[in-house]
Amino acid sequence: MSLDLLAYGAFFLTMALTYAIMCLGLNIQWGQTGLFNVGIAAFVAIGAYVSAVLTTPETPDRLGGFDLPIAVGWLGAVLVAGLAAWLVGALTIRLRSDYLAIATFGVAVSVQLCVLNIQPLTGGAFGIGFIPRPFGGLAASPLAFSLANLALTAVVVLGLYLALEHLAKSPWGRVLRAIREDEIAAQALGKRPIRFRLQAFAIGGAIMGLAGAVQGHFIGFIAPDNYLPILTFQVWAMLIVGGSGNNRGAILGAILVWGLWALTAAAVSAFVPPEQQARASSFQIVAIGVGLCLILLLRPRGIIGEGRSPIAGRIKPKSEE
Amino acid sequence: MTPQFVMDGLIAGAMIGLGAIGVTLTYSILRFANFAHGELLSWGAYLAMAISGTIGMVSTTLLKPIAPFSFGWSLPIATVLAILLTGLLALAVDALLFGRLRRRGSAVIILVMASFGASLALRSLLEFIFTSKPAYFTKALQIAIKLGGGLRATPDQLLSLGMTLIAVIAVHLLMTRTSIGRSMRAVSENPALAGIAGVDVRKMIRVVWFLGAALACIAGIMTGLLVQIRPYLGHDLLLPLFAAAILGGIGSVPGAMLAGLIVGLSEALAVQLVGAEWRAAVSFVILVIVLLVRPRGLFGRAA
Repeated sequence: MSLDLLAYGAFFLTMALTYAIMCLGLNIQWGQTGLFNVGIAAFVAIGAYVSAVLTTPETPDRLGGFDLPIAVGWLGAVLVAGLAAWLVGALTIRLRSDYLAIATFGVAVSVQLCVLNIQPLTGGAFGIGFIPRPFGGLAASPLAFSLANLALTAVVVLGLYLALEHLAKSPWGRVLRAIREDEIAAQALGKRPIRFRLQAFAIGGAIMGLAGAVQGHFIGFIAPDNYLPILTFQVWAMLIVGGSGNNRGAILGAILVWGLWALTAAAVSAFVPPEQQARASSFQIVAIGVGLCLILLLRPRGIIGEGRSPIAGRIKPKSEE
Repeated sequence: MTPQFVMDGLIAGAMIGLGAIGVTLTYSILRFANFAHGELLSWGAYLAMAISGTIGMVSTTLLKPIAPFSFGWSLPIATVLAILLTGLLALAVDALLFGRLRRRGSAVIILVMASFGASLALRSLLEFIFTSKPAYFTKALQIAIKLGGGLRATPDQLLSLGMTLIAVIAVHLLMTRTSIGRSMRAVSENPALAGIAGVDVRKMIRVVWFLGAALACIAGIMTGLLVQIRPYLGHDLLLPLFAAAILGGIGSVPGAMLAGLIVGLSEALAVQLVGAEWRAAVSFVILVIVLLVRPRGLFGRAA
């Protein structure tokens, strides 16, 4: 019994950590650079599908299944999702700030349509199954399997965290924050805001793609339903709760919000009569939406918030235009 | 390919255009892309349905269809009330959320994010109250009339097109011929300067919310009447609305309407040529082309 619980705990934490990866990607876009991405689900889906197509064994009714190692799949996910983010950014970053939001919303709708309709590549509504799982050889013992996967995902998160912290402290990260705080001053110092923003957006998109790949391989099955707009909302809630601008906050927020989400979902399915369950889960989403607005109104910097940055005297809310 | 797609496109385009006028007005005066605008369409449709149903319970004679249309007098009465209530809903959301953020001097993108949260909450609240099952104003079936040239339309569809025309002309006259319209355009040019010149900026913000919500409500009711009422009704139209507002040029009422028709016709054409499953991607393609070729849109001013 306790072993089962431990296995479930490991499963839960692994899932939470895959969300933490998405959160870290969003943090570099929004937290560090102030770019609003409403299409997180699209970049996650791109990563998941690219990696799945690269690594699954050959399938007769679908293009590909190239049977490559998982690491190649992850790499492909990072590259393609990063490229997609770069293209969207190149199109919109030089325009008004909310055009990027509208464009990413469009990307989310379009990617959802593509995975649903390009059946020969994505398997359509049925998705892709038999995605190789890391440590698949341990599957006979659920506990060992779960713990090994948890360890792997934790290593990925830790590696990303260290890399991003390093990046944030590097001259590149300082320029990003300088642009976010005062674009004109940064420009006067000879930094080109558009180029830095575009790089940050592409890196964030690539990390979201990695998250999609890691999650897809962990579960072993992906379908278009996993990448609905609700995923985007969840990741936003995680980052806002944890505190945007702070990588530790992003990870903590992911675990907290995912825990809350899983717990309330379990409570709904346990205590609410079946005919009312759809209702109860829509109420769950109302709560997330209201919570997001309340945090924006009452505690705009989240639980942890951004630590005092090297640039002194910061966060005075500035009025745009 | 039958010419019927022109009629389908015009009808879809009329609804998109009405919604896009609201988007473009709120965008040009409040200066942010309101992701919750689609929910005003859904709320308008559901409010009208609830009111019309209540009226029907009180007096069944009001439910009897007015020939040749599929609905009785309860729907026009409900429409008027629903427009008022949707306007009040928009004002309430502004008072509770956007107004406070504005006063704090929040960045544009914080407002966009707040609208995103509001959209989530409003949509799921509809799902909570009315469930996600599709609903209809009436169950009556309508026979399409032949219009010549291979076109057919039901009386409801023709009425909707007529109503759209009236609404667009009314908004256009309001914007160009009245003092309220002049004040609104002044605020959209430069709020600080307009305030100095004696324009009540906060009142103009309330007017624009009410106007945008009223048009959204009308568009929502039409969609509900001609297609069906679902909690996702407005959310699914949001991308076409944004595409039309940007294609028309932010702030331009005739631009938004014309662009709405272009988006609607393109969608109908894509359904004919490519297949119905790709319909939702049309707006994205239009959006990308506009942002690449002419980011200010057809009638917009250079940023």
